Amino acid sequence: MPLIKNGVFVDDPYAKLGDADPLPTDRPFVLSLARFRKERDQVLAGNSARGIQLKSDESPEALGHDLPRLSVVALEFPKFRDGRAFSWARMLRTRLGFAGEIRATGHFLYDQINFMHRTGFDAFEVPDGFRLEEFARALGEITNVYQPSVDGRTTVRALRSALPRS
Amino acid sequence: MYRYDEFDARLVRDRVEQFRYQVNRRLKGELSEDEFKPLRLMNGLYLQIHAYMLRIAIPYGTLAARQLRKLAHLARTYDKGYGHFTTRQNLQFHWAKLVQVPDMLAELAEVEMHCLQTSGNCIRNISADQFAGAAADEIEDPRPLAEIIRQWSTLHPEFSFLPRKFKIAVSGSEHDRTALKFHDMAVQIVRNEAGEIGYRVYAGGGMGRTPYVGYAVGDFIARNDILAFLEAVLRVYNMHGRRDNLWKARIKILAHALGPEEMRRQVEREFEEIRASGTLALPAEELARIEKYFAPPAFETLPDDDPAFAAAEKSDPDFANWARTNLTRHRIAGYAIATISLKPPGGVPGDISHEQLDGLADLMDTFGQTEIRVSHEQNLVLPHLRKKDLPAVFARLKALGLATANAGLATDIICCPGLDYCDLANARSIPVAQHIAERFADLEKQHAIGELKIKISGCINACGHHHAGHIGVLGVDKKGVEYYQLQLGGSGAEDASIGDILGPAFGEHEIAGAVERVVDVYLARRVNGERFLDTYRRLGMAPFKEAAYAAH
Amino acid sequence: MLTASRLRDGEAVWLGKSGWVEVIANGEIFAEPSSAEAALRRAEADVQANLVVNPYLFEVRVNEGRITPIKEKELIRSSGPSIHANLGKQARHV
Repeated sequence: MPLIKNGVFVDDPYAKLGDADPLPTDRPFVLSLARFRKERDQVLAGNSARGIQLKSDESPEALGHDLPRLSVVALEFPKFRDGRAFSWARMLRTRLGFAGEIRATGHFLYDQINFMHRTGFDAFEVPDGFRLEEFARALGEITNVYQPSVDGRTTVRALRSALPRS
Repeated sequence: MYRYDEFDARLVRDRVEQFRYQVNRRLKGELSEDEFKPLRLMNGLYLQIHAYMLRIAIPYGTLAARQLRKLAHLARTYDKGYGHFTTRQNLQFHWAKLVQVPDMLAELAEVEMHCLQTSGNCIRNISADQFAGAAADEIEDPRPLAEIIRQWSTLHPEFSFLPRKFKIAVSGSEHDRTALKFHDMAVQIVRNEAGEIGYRVYAGGGMGRTPYVGYAVGDFIARNDILAFLEAVLRVYNMHGRRDNLWKARIKILAHALGPEEMRRQVEREFEEIRASGTLALPAEELARIEKYFAPPAFETLPDDDPAFAAAEKSDPDFANWARTNLTRHRIAGYAIATISLKPPGGVPGDISHEQLDGLADLMDTFGQTEIRVSHEQNLVLPHLRKKDLPAVFARLKALGLATANAGLATDIICCPGLDYCDLANARSIPVAQHIAERFADLEKQHAIGELKIKISGCINACGHHHAGHIGVLGVDKKGVEYYQLQLGGSGAEDASIGDILGPAFGEHEIAGAVERVVDVYLARRVNGERFLDTYRRLGMAPFKEAAYAAH
Repeated sequence: MLTASRLRDGEAVWLGKSGWVEVIANGEIFAEPSSAEAALRRAEADVQANLVVNPYLFEVRVNEGRITPIKEKELIRSSGPSIHANLGKQARHV
């Protein structure tokens, strides 16, 4: 799947492991939480960068103290209507202080990209044929935001206070 | 009322273009219907039986005259000359065309209106007391807070794909005119013993297939913490609300599955964290800045008894009847709150014609009224009329067909569009409202009955709020035939309760008679000036049930 | 018969011999399940072509050439709101 990270197409260094695939020793990989729980020691041994893919009903809090040892958390959208990942991404950035890559995977819409970006996603697995201009457009459709979020965008209230007083 | 600044205006214009882009992608097939549907719903656009239905947001039910004129223009130009006010203070157009909706939105943006989040699994229109700023029992005007909540909830990045819809109401008085406890979340402005103002937050109320009365999740939230608290509730809901079953996805299910103790614990946890971060602090200056928009008009010093009013009451029986039911005491001497009933005999509850919209705008200009309100009971309210102007106002309303003197009476029925319009409906609701209204047409009989809230829904989604009706009617489909279930004893006020189902459903031509027999029991058995609701609560279901089924 | 909603304007339409029609009287009646199923497949193609949405089959009674849907909803779809005789297809002057 093409991967957009920080607004550009990048090669994805991470191998997505099925639950029966052998653990690589020499390249980054992403695996399910269920498998991580079973094979934690092997997964954490070794020097490869590693990531965990969470289902929409799996809270990042389940990663516990292992979170700092992950460089990627992939959050799944089983269908675009399932908006739990917006809260999980937010939680990763705020409560859990995760500074690594938060990757969107699964079925999400172009129209959700702006919201995802605002809540802390910085990488997006997009369908084949998805154009980079679409990504840029998605981020720019709505100029002003009312709510503060983890993206640090200036809110309307802050813009208002910055206006010269009349 | 609130006026957009450049930032608000920009957001709404951006949204119009965003929606235009979405419509074009849909027409070209770049979006499937399955993908487009939640996007169009988030812009208030349903596909109904005859056409698309567009639901226009009327934040906390407040409108200006120029907005009425724009709605009249839209009704003429893009629809069939009328609109329908809903139980969430919004307006619906029932004959919209998808290809024209972006243009309609652009026109709405010209008068600071939009259709954002009037449907979809997101935070919906913020409703508030239709008597805000005028009611004698008001602690504080709820609308500044409602406006702040509106902005916080608009295109919220985390809460735009909730398990299900989320409805918020705000009340600023002791008497609840907004059905707070039937909302997903509600804020009641309260005063503590020290006289300080704070917010009681309810959650977990809802209508629909499994109605629930909400409970307090926050007893006294400080002013500057309120957004942090509301965000905490939404976060708990977005994370843990059920996503496996459409009928169990509202917060009411979560709130009652967890129970108050656990729900409060989870909300507290999120709240403490958000509050500590300071990101959603609501500074006093910001609240004061918004409050300025809702400053009351400059009231004149007037005597509370007005000779012109008194004379008209004596000489004009129609005016006297109207004054009797449709006027509510204003907090300022010499003023009155007028309810404009949209339930004329033989009419469709909540409907308004383009001529009436324009006529009301003219009336507002003539009498210096900067605001008109929509109530969740599908009527309109002029909140700040001088008593001396009332006879002339009444004459103008009469000429417009807007002077029906039945506010709060049996024919002031709340009714959803039902199967005549709505794709979700199981039965027609409007003809039933008309049959029932016909039975109670006699005004003296209505006065003899007194306060009676009849609410009718055409399906389990309960847009007619039938669970909160003193008498509630639910249309059902039994083997392809329309039947009507009768419920008694519901209330949407501060004494919130869910109506009790009486028994087997009635046929279309039986239901009005059953309702009449039920009311007859009340008339025969009431004591001490009880309302219907009080008598029902005192006697219980048995005598009413017996009478309802007596003709079988 | 087969009905759907036209995408661009939400108009209720029925599948007729040579395409979608706006009045039920001009729609095609499928007496056999096989022809009904074939019609549904044709409709699906029009869904893919972004012409209509939500096609489905429904039952009608035919009496001396007059078509009457059996279900209330389909009746209302074909004529218009029962309380607004001046609106909808019932108000069309053929």
